Amino acid sequence: MLQYTDVHAHYGAIHALRGVTLDVQEGEIVTLIGANGAGKSTLMNTLFGKPRASAGSISFLGQDISRHHTHDIARSGLALVPEGRHIFARMSVLENLQMGSIFSDPAHFDADLQRIYGMFPILQQRLEQRAGTLSGGEQQMLAIGRALMSRPKVLLLDEPSLGLAPLYIKQVFNIIRELNERDGMTIMLVEQNAHHALRIAHRGYVLQHGEIVLSGTGKELLASPEVRAAYLESSAHA
Amino acid sequence: MGQFIQQLINGLTLGSVYGLIALGYTMVYGIIGMINFAHGDIYMVAAIISVTVITLLAALGISAVPLALMVTLLVVMAFTAVYGWSVERVAYRPLRTAPRLAPLISAIGMSIFLQNMVQLTQGARVKPIADMMPGQFNLFTFDGFTVFLSYTQLMIIVVTVVLLAIFTYIITRTSFGRQQRACEQDQTMTALLGVNVDRTISLTFMLGAALAAIAGVMVTIYYGVVDFAIGFVAGLKAFTAAVLGGIGSLPGAVLGGLIIGMLESFWSAYYSPEYKDVAGFALLILVLMFRPSGLLGRPEVEKV
Ligand SMILES: Nc1ncnc2c1ncn2[C@@H]1O[C@H](COP(=O)(O)OP(=O)(O)OP(=O)(O)O)[C@@H](O)[C@H]1O
Ligand SMILES: [Mg+2]
Repeated sequence: MLQYTDVHAHYGAIHALRGVTLDVQEGEIVTLIGANGAGKSTLMNTLFGKPRASAGSISFLGQDISRHHTHDIARSGLALVPEGRHIFARMSVLENLQMGSIFSDPAHFDADLQRIYGMFPILQQRLEQRAGTLSGGEQQMLAIGRALMSRPKVLLLDEPSLGLAPLYIKQVFNIIRELNERDGMTIMLVEQNAHHALRIAHRGYVLQHGEIVLSGTGKELLASPEVRAAYLESSAHA
Repeated sequence: MGQFIQQLINGLTLGSVYGLIALGYTMVYGIIGMINFAHGDIYMVAAIISVTVITLLAALGISAVPLALMVTLLVVMAFTAVYGWSVERVAYRPLRTAPRLAPLISAIGMSIFLQNMVQLTQGARVKPIADMMPGQFNLFTFDGFTVFLSYTQLMIIVVTVVLLAIFTYIITRTSFGRQQRACEQDQTMTALLGVNVDRTISLTFMLGAALAAIAGVMVTIYYGVVDFAIGFVAGLKAFTAAVLGGIGSLPGAVLGGLIIGMLESFWSAYYSPEYKDVAGFALLILVLMFRPSGLLGRPEVEKV
């Protein structure tokens, strides 16, 4: 469904992605783990051309999208919940959700809204509140809700559990699993919380210094000694 | 008393014109967080074009006022929207990631260019037109002083109120308005949600220019004379109005315009016409000392 082929990306002189090849199949949860600065966020952002891939190709549903405009890529059915949430702080919660449905059919706006309320009841109670005054966890839910309003074919989540309390983390992972199992949504997930992520993922990739160094099913990676040593030691008993 | 009310009406009219121009400043600021310093000159270009159009219509024998007015507005708005679009393309878009000072300087460059272009092609002489809407309501007489409201004054005030209502609705209630506000807050995220950011910014500049165009047509009809230099002073006044009312706030722009217009009108009538500009700027400084974000502006406190 989504295919990266030998993708490179640069920030000026910094070579952030060094020939990444990976794929995401329909209906899968694929997770990407790696240390800080490994290039995980860059990998997701290049999909949207921010920054553009400096070499290689990225295709979605068989079409090379690596030269398309960011807004056209979003409209083709890919939705990103970026690292740091990026909600619109000076808009209400409802307006943020409306921003998520800019190009979807107005006929199913109400149904989509109800679906988001079902997942995140707190958002319904805070509809008129300025999004900038929501708590960090509520902002994260809003960012996920906003991405879902466009009915994406693939949902990309960049560290959705970052900065959340354990109770919220559990809720976010439950929702990711539910979206995948119940709605069949294809999901790509970047997580610091490698243990949780590998447990719900069908497959995973390990990124190091801008290169894929390991890949396999969630189970295989959980059991792999390299992954355990580098990414799971501290959370192995979580 | 009669004199006082007359000055109030004159001040409201002048203030409405400043308010209309200020709306354009504030709207562009509301989307890219920058002042369009060529905005006053777009207003001037609109006034000059309207002289041509009105003269042409008169020569063609089109004398029905509503028809002539509509045609003039449409033609002038179409032309100035192109100017607004070009200002964004030439002075702002190439500098979108540059330090904030750079686009300001290039916009001032645009402003100087527009003034000189008009001076070269149209000449520096003042251009007069015949009064398009002669006539007035004599409201009442007080101490032998008849207070009047001319048709043109009434039109200017009504147009300003209506445009304020329309644009407030667009920005706060419509999808396009949300996209504009989203661009101001986070352009990358806005694009990630499928919004064509370049197109939204271009359209905003064109709408801002169209507002300046309406102000230009109104002023041409009101004063009957126009020259290439009117944009600079009016632009400065309207900019003052926008900041006074709270830059980014549409009602603030009109409120600021009305306050400056009235201040000038009363100051000239009761004190001295010479220092009326000083009065406006002094008031601005005073207000900003106590309310740095302007009268209706939002205070810059945020938790992100
Ligand atoms: N806008 C930018 N300008 C310059 N360098 C950048 C930029 N964004 C990222 N980088 C660099 O690119 C490399 C990869 O960064 P990236 O954000 O993709 O890492 P990451 O794996 O997401 O890390 P984290 O787990 O901390 O979020 C880092 O060395 C980083 O410093
Ligand atoms: Mg990251």
